[in-house]
Amino acid sequence: MTTFPEELAHPSKIAVRGVSKSYRTAAGVVAALDDVSIDIAEGEFVCLVGPSGCGKSTLLNLVAGLDRADRGEILVDGAPVPGPGRDRMVMFQEAALFPWLDVMGNTLFGLKLKPNLTPEARRDVALYYLRLVGLEGFLRANVHELSGGMKQRVALARALAPNPRVLMMDEPFGALDAMTREQLYGDLQSIWQAKRKTILFVTHNVREAVCLGDRVAIMTPRPGRIREEFRVTLPRPRDINALDVAGLGREITDALRRLLPGGRG
Amino acid sequence: MRRRVRSLLFFAALVVLWEAVARAGIWHRALLPTPYDVLSFLGRAAADGTLLRATLVTLRRLLLGYAVGLVLGIPLGVVAARSALGRDTLGLLALGLQALPSVCWLPMALLWFGQTESAMLFVVVMGTIWSILLAASDGLRSVPPIYVRAARTMGSKGLHTWTRVILPAALPFFVTGMKQGWAFAWRSLMAAEIFVTILTGFGLGQLLHYGRELHAMDQVLGVMLVIVAVGLLVDRLAFAPLERFLHTRWGTG
Ligand SMILES: Nc1ncnc2c1ncn2[C@@H]1O[C@H](COP(=O)(O)OP(=O)(O)OP(=O)(O)O)[C@@H](O)[C@H]1O
Ligand SMILES: [Mg+2]
Repeated sequence: MTTFPEELAHPSKIAVRGVSKSYRTAAGVVAALDDVSIDIAEGEFVCLVGPSGCGKSTLLNLVAGLDRADRGEILVDGAPVPGPGRDRMVMFQEAALFPWLDVMGNTLFGLKLKPNLTPEARRDVALYYLRLVGLEGFLRANVHELSGGMKQRVALARALAPNPRVLMMDEPFGALDAMTREQLYGDLQSIWQAKRKTILFVTHNVREAVCLGDRVAIMTPRPGRIREEFRVTLPRPRDINALDVAGLGREITDALRRLLPGGRG
Repeated sequence: MRRRVRSLLFFAALVVLWEAVARAGIWHRALLPTPYDVLSFLGRAAADGTLLRATLVTLRRLLLGYAVGLVLGIPLGVVAARSALGRDTLGLLALGLQALPSVCWLPMALLWFGQTESAMLFVVVMGTIWSILLAASDGLRSVPPIYVRAARTMGSKGLHTWTRVILPAALPFFVTGMKQGWAFAWRSLMAAEIFVTILTGFGLGQLLHYGRELHAMDQVLGVMLVIVAVGLLVDRLAFAPLERFLHTRWGTG
């Protein structure tokens, strides 16, 4: 009788192995990531929290295939990422909507690159997701006519529309009001459950991370390392205002505080 | 509305002042004709078709030179934007030559091509191409990289990224450059037509030139007015709608 190593029994959707990345700038070399490893299973929702500048966006860019790691490897479905691909959609930290397209055009952009869809089918899909984020009344609106939160919602619809297996979200809800945000927490959890997507979610908000994630990984200040991981086993759907969410949030916040220079531990 | 009235009053006052100065007889009427003299020249020239013919000849040359400038300038701008090498060679060349007033190309054009259409085309192209090249390369280089990155994650690459992301993102710069290029083309052509006096076509610049030869100041002033009008009209008809579109889409301006 042979026992399989755990990785074989639960193959990782995304495997980050000993990844380091530094940037060369006028001021010198900035080490953004140092020996980062994390495994994310198919269908898992992983939240990444850490102080500003610790390399969270850098890690997302690497997994997206937009940048190359200096050291280490990143595997998606067991194979090194060849570059960006439609299977891994990114919702960027800054607004990356195209100002020359309206709301509908932005949402259709990724769908138009998907083969084997009729124009009507594309429109229906785009409409479905725009409705989901509550923007069905703004199909023809120009990007500059939207509020910050509305832009984020279009970006969410644009990322969801092509139905990627992996979704990476970089502080997507920062600019939203509490009401909309809470509604989107619900929507995101139900989309995730219905479509079994693998989600890597970056946030500064520890409670948000606890509310959404199966796992919360916390990173050290620059150069970023993944220091601790917390498994969240609370039943879903979770309410961000629930006591157990707040309790675990408290625990993670304390852990984060210990990582900061001057912190205990 | 009030602003329009204000402008109208200003120009009316200008014409009245002109009339008054011309009537005062300080300068000979041949040197300073009255507004009426100029208007009646324009009437005559319009009636016998001179004006229309000259305008068409000029516009044809302008469009040809401008088109050549665009067709050469935009791809060269792309090349200049693509690499540090392009920027340090083509970009620098364009920066230098753009500083050269387009009349300065005339001696060269006349020596190379003589009094020909080619000489005029050469001057217009040289007057236009560098500013278009620079605007194109500046525009392409100022496309925020995040657009390209976002497009790549959605599966866009190569030509698709160029035509659907980079070019549209650079459009506001392109339009500014095209407008500037048009203004330069217009100025270059007028310089060229004044200096290149040939019989293959009588443009507005040549009309202006012969006005001077004939000491016909009413003709000189009249043609100057037409040149202003044509310049403004093209701006209104060709560029204003494009700028309005950009304004509503981008929310700029
Ligand atoms: N393109 C770049 N060129 C140079 N330095 C960079 C670049 N991108 C990131 N960095 C540096 O790498 C470090 C990590 O940046 P990153 O954007 O990944 O941080 P982050 O964790 O996403 O921060 P935040 O929470 O503020 O978004 C920072 O110190 C930043 O200055
Ligand atoms: Mg970031």
